[in-house]
Amino acid sequence: MRARPRRKLDDSVTYIDSDSAPRILFYGEDLWIEDFPIGTRVIYPRPPIQGLANPQAAIRHALNHPHDCDPLFAQLSPGMKVTIALDDISLPLPPMRTPDLRQTICEILLEMLDAHGVDDVHLIIANSLHRRMTEREMRRMVGRKIHDAFYPDRYYNHDAEDPDGMVTLGETDHGEIVNVNRRAVESDLVIYVNINLVPMDGGHKSVGVGLCDYPALRAHHEPQTIRECDSYMDPGRSALAKKCDRIGKIVDEKMNVFHIETALNNRMFDGQIDFLMKNEDEFTEFDRLKFEGTKWALSKMPWAAKRKLLFSIPAAYELIACHAGRTEPVHAKILEKCFEQYAVKVEGQADIVVTGIPYVSPYNVNSILNPLLVQVMALGYFHNMYRGKPLLKKDGVLIIAHPCYDDFDHQFHPSYIEFFHRLLPETRDAFTLRDKYELEFAHNPSYIEMYRRGNAYHGAHPFFMWYWGENGRQHVGKVIVAGAVNAHVPEILGWERADTMAEALAMAKSYTGPSPEITLMHHPPILMTDVS
Amino acid sequence: MSAAAFYDLDGTLVRTNLVHALGFFARNQQGLLPSLKKTLQTAVSVPMFLAADAYSRKVFNEIFFRRYKGESEDRLRYLAAELFEDVLKPAIFPGAYQLISKSKSLGLKQVLVTGALDFCVAPLVEHLGMDLCVANRLEFVGGLATGRLLPPVLAAATKASWIRTYCEAQQISLNDCFSYSDSMSDLPMLSVVGHPTAVNPDMRLRATATRHDWPILDLR
Repeated sequence: MRARPRRKLDDSVTYIDSDSAPRILFYGEDLWIEDFPIGTRVIYPRPPIQGLANPQAAIRHALNHPHDCDPLFAQLSPGMKVTIALDDISLPLPPMRTPDLRQTICEILLEMLDAHGVDDVHLIIANSLHRRMTEREMRRMVGRKIHDAFYPDRYYNHDAEDPDGMVTLGETDHGEIVNVNRRAVESDLVIYVNINLVPMDGGHKSVGVGLCDYPALRAHHEPQTIRECDSYMDPGRSALAKKCDRIGKIVDEKMNVFHIETALNNRMFDGQIDFLMKNEDEFTEFDRLKFEGTKWALSKMPWAAKRKLLFSIPAAYELIACHAGRTEPVHAKILEKCFEQYAVKVEGQADIVVTGIPYVSPYNVNSILNPLLVQVMALGYFHNMYRGKPLLKKDGVLIIAHPCYDDFDHQFHPSYIEFFHRLLPETRDAFTLRDKYELEFAHNPSYIEMYRRGNAYHGAHPFFMWYWGENGRQHVGKVIVAGAVNAHVPEILGWERADTMAEALAMAKSYTGPSPEITLMHHPPILMTDVS
Repeated sequence: MSAAAFYDLDGTLVRTNLVHALGFFARNQQGLLPSLKKTLQTAVSVPMFLAADAYSRKVFNEIFFRRYKGESEDRLRYLAAELFEDVLKPAIFPGAYQLISKSKSLGLKQVLVTGALDFCVAPLVEHLGMDLCVANRLEFVGGLATGRLLPPVLAAATKASWIRTYCEAQQISLNDCFSYSDSMSDLPMLSVVGHPTAVNPDMRLRATATRHDWPILDLR
């Protein structure tokens, strides 16, 4: 292969040299340290954008200077019916320090509503088919004062299976049915409070997905839509976003939605684990000490204790933008800010992409990253973190570091277990799974009651998780799991396993050829690539 | 879909158990003194019932149903309606209605498989809209209960055996069927179908359900 001069389009890209430090990867709840071959390209997240000095002022400014509609105070009148819908615990990741941004916004909103004589206010968590949040999580999200005043009668989780709780607003010109939470539909005003962590969040997805039910969700949470996303983190080239936009237009016609969107910076780790935000070549002795101490401590703990510890460390996110008003202009403004924070310019695709899989995903806060969620993180989220071209060449090799333990949370993910152990051994074809089994799981009375009365994800949710990896599965030639502690989980997922990273790289080279372009995606924190 | 959902009753769909029904009949004897005597007898027997149930459901049944010896069939059947209104109906778990309703909407046959007495549960079966109920039957001679159950006595393995026979007769695949129970003694009934669910389980059943990756449901 002809040697090419290395070009760096962005300071967040670095290359491994003979004197480079080993790199740190997440390995589930552990940390993995590895010397990568010379020439390996390492892509780091961009440095966190400085947070706004006065978030309350920024929120008030957004409410008073909205896009394409009257200021919020001008839309309020005594006696009106208002619903505040909130993003659920899947955002942000990991949960942020208290006060959560939603608490800050709700305190301002409720004060304003009270001052205008609006008493009929409900707070609904727009959890769609995600699990219901527990009371403790709900309290943490909005603070004790709001929780005590509104829970449980006026502060609750959306219930997509409530036979009387949904209203059909109509159908798009492409036949997508639009079902939305009754309380929201019957309100004079719906205020949606969003936190945008990745560009897939927010926009028309907030109301149209967050407050919908299973029949409505099926229109876009299906394999063909995901295959047609290039990627689903790039709204302009996402079939999913297009469908949500069509649904959103019906929502906007029938409902009065005032959208508040926010963007956070990527300050995911600070304090004793701030070394995870740094380039290893720039580590101080103290950083190395903190890393060694953390790695040692985690290695001595059982899995459950590691999870407990890691989920007890909240992220130090800061607000970097807040916009309010009509959904589309607001979303456009927030997307700009998101890309400013996340997008890293890189030149050229890679034959092999390596990434560690962390302990957290949108679907396992305070729980286990089970095998299906490992798949979602690898082929879903991380694969889709691009604009333009995927970082990995077509049919390239994706190497992930994760133990791939066969462990599921029975309370949160009961249907995942049956999906993984009963269905995947039969077929991994997303279309077959959808046609043959999705309805059976979606209508399983036990799963429905566990969703409604417990804290379980909906029976159909594991299918969506599998579809979420569909464009990744079509693109990636081979997935190798470095450090998988068993053989059967990678096998069920259709992957190969290796004990060490060196072994995984050797296996990958036997597939790609002897001189591959290797790229290490150094996340979390979140990063996206703009590949030229 | 040609399939069925099989439900245990006590502790699964209602929070009461066999002792509540016995207590109700004891309280409603003809006359104050017989009522008092029977109620006291029932109350002091509770620890023995618990011990017997922990040991074996078969032994429990033998001891427990002896308490009905000498009761008039007419009176028991007459009081069953009151038992339903006063004891059973208020004890139905709120989630039971939704579970059954969802199950019915799938076209599943709704079958109650219980160790309780048939006349006690008859009004409840109608109230919940069950398609079929199979329950234990007391033996009556000359209009009076003998304190014995007519075979087959439904408990533990016999429930599973009944379900298997029923499915064969109805040409239903056990694999497509659901079963719901709260108790470890119903492990055979849960194991025999394709979709078992532990409902409000005791500690032993919870552990077993977790080990077997069965859904665990709380209808309370």
